[in-house]
Amino acid sequence: MSTAVHADVNRRDFLFIATGAVGAVGAALTAWPFISQMNPDASVLAMAAIEVDLAPIAEGQEITIKWRGNPVFIRHRTAKEIELAKSVKLEDLKDPTARSANVKDGDPATDENRVVGGKEGFLVMMGVCTHLGCIPIGNEGDYGVVEGNVKSGGWYCPCHGSQYDTAGRIRKGPAPENLFVPKYEYLSDTKIRIG
Amino acid sequence: MSGPSNYQPKSAFGKWMHERLPIMELVQGQALDFPTPKNLNYWWTFGGILAVMLVAQLVTGIVLAMHYTAHVDMAFDSVEHIMRDVNYGWLLRYLHSNGASMFFIAVYVHIFRGMYYGSYKAPREVLWMIGVLIYLVMMATAFMGYVLPWGQMSFWGAKVITNLFSAIPFVGESVTTWLWGGYSVDNPTLNRFFSLHYLLPFVLAGLVGLHIWALHVPGNNNPTGVNVRGSQDTVPFHPYYTMKDGFAIVVFMLLYSAFTFFGPNYLGDAINYLPANPLSTPSHIVPEWYYLPFYAILRAIPNKLIGVIAMFGSILILFALPWLDTSRVRSGTYRPIFKQIFWIFVVVCITLGFAGSGPPDNYFLSHEAAPPDEWHLTYKLVGQIAAVCYFAFFFPILPLLGLLESPKPLPPSISDDVLAKKKPLVPAE
Repeated sequence: MSTAVHADVNRRDFLFIATGAVGAVGAALTAWPFISQMNPDASVLAMAAIEVDLAPIAEGQEITIKWRGNPVFIRHRTAKEIELAKSVKLEDLKDPTARSANVKDGDPATDENRVVGGKEGFLVMMGVCTHLGCIPIGNEGDYGVVEGNVKSGGWYCPCHGSQYDTAGRIRKGPAPENLFVPKYEYLSDTKIRIG
Repeated sequence: MSGPSNYQPKSAFGKWMHERLPIMELVQGQALDFPTPKNLNYWWTFGGILAVMLVAQLVTGIVLAMHYTAHVDMAFDSVEHIMRDVNYGWLLRYLHSNGASMFFIAVYVHIFRGMYYGSYKAPREVLWMIGVLIYLVMMATAFMGYVLPWGQMSFWGAKVITNLFSAIPFVGESVTTWLWGGYSVDNPTLNRFFSLHYLLPFVLAGLVGLHIWALHVPGNNNPTGVNVRGSQDTVPFHPYYTMKDGFAIVVFMLLYSAFTFFGPNYLGDAINYLPANPLSTPSHIVPEWYYLPFYAILRAIPNKLIGVIAMFGSILILFALPWLDTSRVRSGTYRPIFKQIFWIFVVVCITLGFAGSGPPDNYFLSHEAAPPDEWHLTYKLVGQIAAVCYFAFFFPILPLLGLLESPKPLPPSISDDVLAKKKPLVPAE
């Protein structure tokens, strides 16, 4: 382009740049559908909620259900497991926040904040290790209740050795966060809806 | 790009074509007459071997795609259908799965050859960096291909690797959800991996074109690392290196066939013959052998984000290699200390591979678990020591070595070096 200063050329320059800018915005907007199509689709989002009956789960028993493609642990904790979880000081925790969708972000990881409605018998959380997504194994690791040869409570991730305590809080290993507690509510005394 | 060719079309059609698309001039100049150092040893044949492996993977892959179904309910069965029902399906699948391993064996030899002979040094930095990019795309392609049979290790490998991205601060969760197309590895994930697994090999082919282009600007490095000084230092690529590469390719095909026909599952994991189960993690997750050193680095660090950074960093640091190595001597042959450190580095990489293969808290190379909270020679500890050595090689060892080491005298030219090594037919009296 000429370096000579001339009113017509300046106007033309402006038009060139303006046209180019509109073209660039158009290209960027066109790219969005191609990126967005990879996000969860309507059918995936539709599988959002599930109801679970807690009555058949005996004390000390744990069931795993599938919700949104991931395992959810529902554990009916023993009194000793609850007691052990409550005896842990907050400053001993690797992740001191509750990581529960049922309390405010950043609330402390007390045992109360890890359950819902004060029903401390039932611990409901995602069975997805916060390190790289493996399923931790129940009644394993160094942070459960030990009576003789029997361990109860506590989780151990077989992939990279992360260990969680009887409230599903990370205590050892590479995982950065406590096992996530999904949004759920009690429909009745023994029935919950997750999601 | 016409190169050192004095191509003259001979036929009337050749002349007609030459005026419209001078492709024969390109072929003659770049593939047939291309002046190539006359002292290239067999370590230089792996470039040709890699080209053959890329074609082998493309051909077997395209025919496998004619029989495969990318759906979580059918993928595993369709692979078994290929194995049992499709004519020669077992052969095509074993060629493809073992071909991936052979591809990686060849690429590792090719990379180590480049490192030993300083092939990344000026003026070949861009050539080297395109090579690192090719290696990254290869890793992504192989990873997505391994997911397609939808076995247990396919599923859990996919879950662990995609979860690496959740370590990114702030946007990690959104990025993984976007990669998955859901809240877990599921049908949308399988579908997009199939699509990308089909696409990326063609991207690779394009990158290989750039790699060869960047190679043909300065020409090949050679075992002496000394620049080509004239026509006495070179021979035409054809027939000298088409034949040498061809022989090496045939030998390599023997190895490939040995695995395909006599140990088709030796390099794989038996648990991948169990269909994927999102509710049950295998007791021990390991990636394919070619990722193990990087997996060991990931596990060496007890912090998720730093572990992920270290793992990606261990590959990305290769991009900086041309500037980390401060020595002006290319070939390790003339660098007495580098030569030894290079081989130690090779051993460190292999050690990292073993360290990534076992449960982190077991005694190294043993099935026995070590007691917790004490110092023991576990897979994890070996991985940690080897990971430190790995990074130490790139920094500070390489930059310092270039400044401290006194290299041996270089031969005046390739031709002089070749003639000096030539043994007289009749011993001198």
